Amino acid sequence: MTRALKQRLSAAALWLVTFLLMVIMCIPGLWVVLSAFRPNREILARPPVWVPERLTLNNFAKIFGLGEAQVAIPVGSYFMNSLVIALTSTFVALVIGMAGGYAFARFRFRFKNSLFLSLMLLRTVPAIALSLPLFMLWSRLGIIDTQMGLIIVYIALNVPFTIWLIDGFFRQIPMSLSEAAQVDGCTRWQAFWKIEFPLAKGGIAAAGVFAFLTSWNEYALAAQLTRSTDSKTLPVGLMDFTAQFTIDWAGMSAMAVIIIVPALILTFLVQKHLIRGLTFGGVKG
Amino acid sequence: MAEISLKKVVKSYGRTPVVHGIDLEIADNEFVVLVGPSGCGKSTTLRMIAGLEDISDGEIRIRGRLVNDLPPRKRNISMVFQNYALYPHMSVRDNLGFGLKIAGQSRSVVAERVAEAAGILGLSDLLDRLPAELSGGQRQRVAMGRAIVRHPDAFLFDEPLSNLDAKLRGQMRAEIKKLHQKVASTIVYVTHDQIEAMTLADRIVVMRDGHIDQVGTPMEVFNHPVNTFVAAFIGSPPMNQLPAVVDAGRLRLEDGTTIAVPERLRARVRAGQKLILGVRPDDISPEGYGLMEDGESDRVDLLVDIAEPLGMESLIYSRLAGQEVQAKLYGPRLVAPGERLTCRISLSRAHLFDAGTGRNLEAE
Repeated sequence: MTRALKQRLSAAALWLVTFLLMVIMCIPGLWVVLSAFRPNREILARPPVWVPERLTLNNFAKIFGLGEAQVAIPVGSYFMNSLVIALTSTFVALVIGMAGGYAFARFRFRFKNSLFLSLMLLRTVPAIALSLPLFMLWSRLGIIDTQMGLIIVYIALNVPFTIWLIDGFFRQIPMSLSEAAQVDGCTRWQAFWKIEFPLAKGGIAAAGVFAFLTSWNEYALAAQLTRSTDSKTLPVGLMDFTAQFTIDWAGMSAMAVIIIVPALILTFLVQKHLIRGLTFGGVKG
Repeated sequence: MAEISLKKVVKSYGRTPVVHGIDLEIADNEFVVLVGPSGCGKSTTLRMIAGLEDISDGEIRIRGRLVNDLPPRKRNISMVFQNYALYPHMSVRDNLGFGLKIAGQSRSVVAERVAEAAGILGLSDLLDRLPAELSGGQRQRVAMGRAIVRHPDAFLFDEPLSNLDAKLRGQMRAEIKKLHQKVASTIVYVTHDQIEAMTLADRIVVMRDGHIDQVGTPMEVFNHPVNTFVAAFIGSPPMNQLPAVVDAGRLRLEDGTTIAVPERLRARVRAGQKLILGVRPDDISPEGYGLMEDGESDRVDLLVDIAEPLGMESLIYSRLAGQEVQAKLYGPRLVAPGERLTCRISLSRAHLFDAGTGRNLEAE
């Protein structure tokens, strides 16, 4: 076997493996998206119908209570809850993350390392392990089934991550840039906003998107801490489609698509920002 | 333009002092170079003048004004950083004009000053580029341009050439010197490179371990080093230093070789005194191939280990009394390893240092 042939074969094998892995990862997602546009009857058909005969928007109309709706699920409320909770918790986590990340990257203070380590350790605790204590605490405080209750949980969940990520971005920016700005006439505050913030913007945006996705997709804690349309988020709302004996797969899929789309868009944004954030460089010769 | 004065300036990190109460007076329009090995406190001293480091004790005055507690922006100084510290997200034009804009200057003033600085430094064609699109030398010039647009009281340079290759470093050295002549200004320049110090400075400040060892013009520091450290640090190749004992009016080296005590120093030495004889390589040369042969001298035999011919001169590595000794041969003569050369040591240019303290016997 010639070397060229060997190379071509191994390249082909690599493609094949990559393709298979991708198929395995994508098929459930594709199936969900596909199911969102098909009638229930076709979804449940046996043997399965691989290629849909016709696509419909009925499932979406149904869950929004339009048309001949049987199952009216307050998707609008869930969507608003999700949006308010995810945006608020992301915003606060970002503000804290920026302050904390900057402090860890720039200042020397006592117990800095142990503080940073304990923040990281917080992330090793699975959130679900905290659900029972949280539930008890929150019920005593009377913030079960409120947006605020969930917002606080998500802030706590996201802050260690945003601090860690933003700290990394600030660390990449040489101290001398801020110093040069201060010599050039800036206060430290001005130097931050005019020099360091624009340079870390990509990283901060990435941290924000990650935090948003965490809050947007979180199910386990939300399921414990919410009860009604006052605070239920989209992932929890998905369970509304399961009744005692039946599951409305079509409606569930349609709602899943509503959840996925913003997440998907943001994921693409993350990529762009991450790459930009990591390549601004070019300070030294 | 302004004079800078440091009085008993101390810097400590926690309990570790890194600068031990230094005194330094820098005159208006003077080019002062702080030089020393890494960790000697020279950069810290510069950063204290800039206001980027707090002062633990003492006073710093710029133009007579006490600046101890003033932030960098209120000191009216400019600084060029080792890594240039150009703002990567701004064009050259914006980098240059940043300080003026912050100071609230009108657009026309900013444009005028930026054009002026760009003209002086040859940056006029690069104004719309980003720092990432510039070569090392160009970035260096932008960094200098950013310093001069503001017409500050003083310029501070923190090892500005250490990221450049040797050729570019030579060019930029000349540009900095020109700049100093063009924009007549007080400059404090930090480097670990003694050649930069020698070529640029009006006065050199040699620092070691947070102390100032010597302040003087390049020639003073070169010709009259106050101690063995300065003698070894300034001048390339470094000064040969040979331990010796005064014996019967001569200096006896460890292997028994004796060399005459320079006449001007005879009254200062006493029998049995332990000294270090300091002679620059330029002042040890094979007979007939030296630079300064007319002054007082003595002879010594050297066995050549290695010779580095450089054209009109050769650097000779040899050993004397167990110490490596470098000598210089002036003239187009080839020397072979193993050759025995009778060399002249110029005693009128030799130094004697106390073996215990390292101080030059002639230093006050």
